[in-house]
Amino acid sequence: MDEIKLHFEVSGDDFTRAGEASGEVKRVLKEIWFSSAVIRNVSIAMYEGEINMVIHAGGGEIDVEISPECISMVLADHGPGIENVELAMQEGYSTAPDNVRCLGFGAGMGLPNIKKYTDEMDIQTELGVGTTITLKVYNQ
Amino acid sequence: MTVGELKDALGLKVLCENDDALSREVTGGYCGDLLSWVMSRARSGDAWMTVMGNINSIGVAALADISCIILTDSATLDDDAKMRAEQNGVAIFQTEKNSYETAKELSKLI
Ligand SMILES: Nc1ncnc2c1ncn2[C@@H]1O[C@H](COP(=O)(O)OP(=O)(O)OP(=O)(O)O)[C@@H](O)[C@H]1O
Ligand SMILES: [Mg+2]
Repeated sequence: MDEIKLHFEVSGDDFTRAGEASGEVKRVLKEIWFSSAVIRNVSIAMYEGEINMVIHAGGGEIDVEISPECISMVLADHGPGIENVELAMQEGYSTAPDNVRCLGFGAGMGLPNIKKYTDEMDIQTELGVGTTITLKVYNQ
Repeated sequence: MTVGELKDALGLKVLCENDDALSREVTGGYCGDLLSWVMSRARSGDAWMTVMGNINSIGVAALADISCIILTDSATLDDDAKMRAEQNGVAIFQTEKNSYETAKELSKLI
């Protein structure tokens, strides 16, 4: 299998479209031979990152590389950045506004979920500049 | 037990279904309305009992491999959510019972 590269632009103001990128990646992974466990891990982790981009950062871009050994995802935005990454990684910490809480977001579980469902997670963030999250899920 | 058998046994009202979804196996259940909790704790194959009938719930159900959504307390399904559910092949039912009562009945069946 050749390496597959996918690129997504995530719109910052459209809640009804949030999740389309992760849905598309799930479809692609299903067509190849990945186990349902790997597919589920990638889908959930990417969805949490995608939603965070929409809610907290006004959108961004996602690049996905799929090889037989590993699925890697780079989620980059030019939002406000994360002031305290350690705090943001704690279960229950959230700055989500009320209008998205009504939709079921804002439990403060997104970043912990990403950690839980990936093998590697790296957050680079700078206040006022943006956030780049790099994720890897190994195919084992 | 399959999703279709569960629907009949609990007398659920159908909001969205298709043959593939109805033949899926229900292996457990999860109750909750906060989407990230569902993605953290629900297992693949669970029937998900919730009052959240918006388009994001459909995304979560599909990505987390939920076997079906049961909207409890007669919670309603948004129009765009119904469309997304049809596209993604997610089975969605509705019941007047609350999540506790529904889960109690589910546990007798599986
Ligand atoms: N891309 C981002 N840009 C800026 N801030 C972010 C970003 N992602 C997360 N954050 C900050 O980290 C906090 C925790 O994120 P996390 O995903 O864990 O929870 P949440 O999005 O608030 O709620 P949930 O994911 O449970 O719906 C957010 O409330 C926000 O303050
Ligand atoms: Mg989040």
